[in-house]
Amino acid sequence: MIWIDTLAQGILLGGLYALFAAGLSLVFGIMRLVNLAHGDFIVMAAYLILLLVTLMGLSPFVAAIIAAPVMFGIGWGLQKHLLNRTLGNDILPPLLVTFGLSIALQNALLEGFSADSQRLPTGAISTASIDLGVLTVGVLPLLTFGSAIAVIVGLNQLFYRTELGRAFRATSDDATTASLMGIRPGNIFAIATAIAMLVVTLAALYLGMRSNFDPNIGPARLIYAFQAVIIGGLGSLWGTLAGGIIIGLAQTVGAAVNPEWQILAGHVAFLIVLLVRPRGLFPRAVD
Amino acid sequence: MSLLTTKGLTAHYGDFQALFGVDIALNQGETIAIIGANGAGKTTLMRSLSGVLRNAPEMITLEGQAIGGMSADQILPLGLAMVPEGRKLFPSLSVEENLLIGTYGRKVDGYWNLQTIYELFPILAERRNNPGTALSGGQQQMVAIGRALMSNPKVLLCDEISLGLAPVVIKDIYAAVPKIQESGASLIVVEQDVGQAMKVADRVYCMMEGRVTLEGTPASLSRDDIHAAYFGVSA
Ligand SMILES: Nc1ncnc2c1ncn2[C@@H]1O[C@H](COP(=O)(O)OP(=O)(O)OP(=O)(O)O)[C@@H](O)[C@H]1O
Ligand SMILES: [Mg+2]
Repeated sequence: MIWIDTLAQGILLGGLYALFAAGLSLVFGIMRLVNLAHGDFIVMAAYLILLLVTLMGLSPFVAAIIAAPVMFGIGWGLQKHLLNRTLGNDILPPLLVTFGLSIALQNALLEGFSADSQRLPTGAISTASIDLGVLTVGVLPLLTFGSAIAVIVGLNQLFYRTELGRAFRATSDDATTASLMGIRPGNIFAIATAIAMLVVTLAALYLGMRSNFDPNIGPARLIYAFQAVIIGGLGSLWGTLAGGIIIGLAQTVGAAVNPEWQILAGHVAFLIVLLVRPRGLFPRAVD
Repeated sequence: MSLLTTKGLTAHYGDFQALFGVDIALNQGETIAIIGANGAGKTTLMRSLSGVLRNAPEMITLEGQAIGGMSADQILPLGLAMVPEGRKLFPSLSVEENLLIGTYGRKVDGYWNLQTIYELFPILAERRNNPGTALSGGQQQMVAIGRALMSNPKVLLCDEISLGLAPVVIKDIYAAVPKIQESGASLIVVEQDVGQAMKVADRVYCMMEGRVTLEGTPASLSRDDIHAAYFGVSA
């Protein structure tokens, strides 16, 4: 019984990691850019939500709805005015710039909000649970997981069913030829990063309601996200969900065996998948 | 007034100069062919016209407007589309999606749409849901042409649409040209096959080492003229 419970918790935790990772996966899939500040943007969004909650007395959910367009704008501007300049044949500049951004963001958050850990007020939802007979699951983890599925489905629909999604794929295939179709690659990239920031806001909401956060936890979130993307296979959004679940499961099972093994177990699972399937579980055909 | 002109067009790849003062003109309703040996600069000329390579603004004019400094995504809506060398289909897109992306973000009026493209190349309708790159070379070329036509261009640039194709397939591809001309588009066709170029074009330009070495109507050009302009030595 306890094992079923552990497995369920692990899978649901995977939903949170998939949310961390979906934006990273989207951006990487379209422009081969790894944003090393991704985790810090999640933390920044969490503080933005916290600010709205404390200043305006809003519920975290409403605050997230207000924070989302702000983050969208930040993502658009960041890509358009900074990151687009770093893209090219050399993969180093975007890594250096986003690494610098990561440090700058952490310091700015430290200045603005101190190193104290914070948490979003959740009210009754944090303790509510549903009895499914064989096991009981928390409403919040379930909501997180449901949101992750919704995000992956939504992004897939966007990618494969809309004109914008066609432009995403075409630009990812060949930006020069895409420009011959009247597509401006720089704008496509900016929209992609802006959309990634919407997902980041959602990830921040659940991160902040689930656990404490402080300005320094960004890089660890980036690592989980990165591992989920790699396990799933670069460019596959469903793969990213699978990757998140694998990390979540490994961490939860590891913690059940020995609480100190939680983080380690996730990394070990990552290494094992890489050893068996170096290109991830669902690699894209073209690469 | 010519529809599309270049004046003293130069182009560089880093320190390497690929075009040295190219002057060409395309008149409304006309089809011109650009011939020349490998490395003559034909593709570079096409890339300059379409905005993939940037130039000084006044070096290229389309309907009197200086477009030399514009990017490709700015030039396409003005009515100039290109079928790039090597076809360059998008591997992640199906045949139909490859066609649809030709009108990205715009509604365009004109003869060409999915249906008329499928009439022009019926095989594409059958393969519409296949990945573009799963098709044969000739079919891929049809997709590349259809994709460019979807924007209903005033000027269509075709860079070596017969490259690497079997003669019977080339015939099929070129069978589409009269219909494209009838739809009102003016054409610039880059061809290594001189005979093919002579058949399709109203006028021919021959390039060598980044310069135009010969210009005239097919009837006015002798084989010796072309040979000299093509290779730089007389036959
Ligand atoms: N990206 C590039 N970088 C550097 N040099 C280039 C580049 N593309 C073309 N060149 C050079 O520019 C010159 C003209 O090339 P271009 O491709 O325009 O010739 P072309 O007439 O289209 O030849 P082909 O018949 O082989 O297609 C050649 O000397 C070529 O080596
Ligand atoms: Mg060429």
